[in-house]
Amino acid sequence: MSTSPATTRPLTTAKGGPRSRRPVHPKLLLHAVLIIGGLAMALPFAWMLFSAFKPLPEIFTPPPKLLPEEWNLDGFRTALGGADFVRGFWNSTYIAVTVTVVSLLTSAMAAYAFARIDFWGRRWLFMLFLATMMIPGQLTIIPQYIIMGGLGWVDTHLALIVPPALFNAFGVFLLRQYIRGIPVELEEAAEIDGAGRIRTFLTITLPLLRTPLTALGIFTFLGQWNNFFNPLIFLNSTENFTLPLLVNQFKGQFTSDWPALMAATTLLAAPMLILFAFAQRQIVEGVALSGSKS
Amino acid sequence: MAVLTASSRTRPGQESGNAGTRRRRRRKDTTAGYLFLTPQLLGMVVFMVGPLLFALVLAFYHWDGFGTRSFVGLSNFVDVLSDPRIQRSAVNTVWYTVLQVPGLMIAGLFFAVLMQRTPKLTPVYRVAFFAPVITSSVAVAAIWLWLFNPDISPVNSALRNIGLPAPNWLQDPGFVIPSFAIVGIWQALGYQLVMFMAGLQSIDRSCLEAAEIDGCSEWQKLQRITIPLLSPTILFLSITSILGSFQVFDYIYVFFGTTAPDAARTIVYEVVQIAFQEFNFGQASALAFLLFLALLAVTGLQLTAQKRWVHYSE
Repeated sequence: MSTSPATTRPLTTAKGGPRSRRPVHPKLLLHAVLIIGGLAMALPFAWMLFSAFKPLPEIFTPPPKLLPEEWNLDGFRTALGGADFVRGFWNSTYIAVTVTVVSLLTSAMAAYAFARIDFWGRRWLFMLFLATMMIPGQLTIIPQYIIMGGLGWVDTHLALIVPPALFNAFGVFLLRQYIRGIPVELEEAAEIDGAGRIRTFLTITLPLLRTPLTALGIFTFLGQWNNFFNPLIFLNSTENFTLPLLVNQFKGQFTSDWPALMAATTLLAAPMLILFAFAQRQIVEGVALSGSKS
Repeated sequence: MAVLTASSRTRPGQESGNAGTRRRRRRKDTTAGYLFLTPQLLGMVVFMVGPLLFALVLAFYHWDGFGTRSFVGLSNFVDVLSDPRIQRSAVNTVWYTVLQVPGLMIAGLFFAVLMQRTPKLTPVYRVAFFAPVITSSVAVAAIWLWLFNPDISPVNSALRNIGLPAPNWLQDPGFVIPSFAIVGIWQALGYQLVMFMAGLQSIDRSCLEAAEIDGCSEWQKLQRITIPLLSPTILFLSITSILGSFQVFDYIYVFFGTTAPDAARTIVYEVVQIAFQEFNFGQASALAFLLFLALLAVTGLQLTAQKRWVHYSE
């Protein structure tokens, strides 16, 4: 990235050649199609946001208008009064953060073992890890529910935290691919200096994994924060609900109060959209990275 | 895809030395290996392999989770396969896949090819396309619940304005699965786009330039060069998209709760209803297991068929 000015300059001049010969309108058409496509993608969010500020009667006055004629905060007031979004936000956040941190560490450890340590059963255990990625979550959720019942974890956050924190086959796979690309000499040098496996892992390997760990961390966080299926199965009490469950329940209670529902939906969608605005490059590059490694 | 071919590069120092130190080293490595593997191995056994085996056993039992378990042989499978409502749900699931996956991939490739030609504005357009990917499916469904409500929907109002019939999206049995597909495409398009753009970036420019000199049209270049060179990406995305579309659930649950009409139910919705509304864990496990077999079969078919059309440039 830091050397980009030097490398892109010859490219742009090379590209300038054929482009200057071409007529202008194909480029314009290109942008027109992309702008229309982009607007079509963004419009549902715009309807969500602006409708949250409409007074209720305006929703039912045809024809529907994008912008409120009269801005008001009743939607947000009803939403915040109707459900404990602050607690839901806290639940979602701390669950997602805990899972992300623990799962990154355990995945990196397993990935290091698979990439660097020649232990008995390595090949078939790795194949087993890969194979589990094929198994749909709905097949294991029923026995998991029974196991959680046995452990007394139903309707607790442990049921949502422990399984993904201790098992992330995709993460192990991604990091293992990445570790294999790092020259092994770096670790050997550390071992010659007398560092043990654990110290080598912590001081040499882990810092070199910053790029894939960031990408994986963002995905894990997003996946956990947005997860609906597992909380739906494992949680019963409203005070334990994560934000998606809370909004789903809110939807059931306030069926025709659309400004309130759109306000609640905005509260659910906004944090991740804001995160995305700040980390667009990391998120998008992370997606491409994880795809190319498989 | 090159995972398994390059998997036996071991540490260089290990081949030398006499048999005794090698064995000692190996034993030490086995201890170290399992030490590093312990948390994930524990997780895999307790939360994945164990439940998988448990589900296989459950599929042959009648059990509500509390009372006594009774062995019923294959009758869960027979019941599931002969239930007309579940058959309808299976058809719905396949119909959803048929609508969503090709729509998604064609639109993804289309916008990726366009966006690659506007490198300066790519990040701007990309925000709009990618935002639904990172949004909770509950939020996505809540937004579309409103856009699909015929009384207040701006979509229907716009359709009426240009003289088209405005469907009652979610209540019309013929429209409900296509409606899900619209939501599914809208939410997943950004992911496809980013993956296709990464694939396009890795295509050797010299091929395209040579074709340009030979006088190929844009369409010919796309058809003869870009798409064949993108085929590994297309394979990867078609496998993952079909896996995803076979498991569609969240939207339906947010749209309909526990009372989805027959026209709107999918296999995973049935699994959840049978398990957690009817508390028939055996039958639900049997159905989930059949879904798993179907996923394996479809993926296996794609991997077998790839030899005929996927082009690896190595």
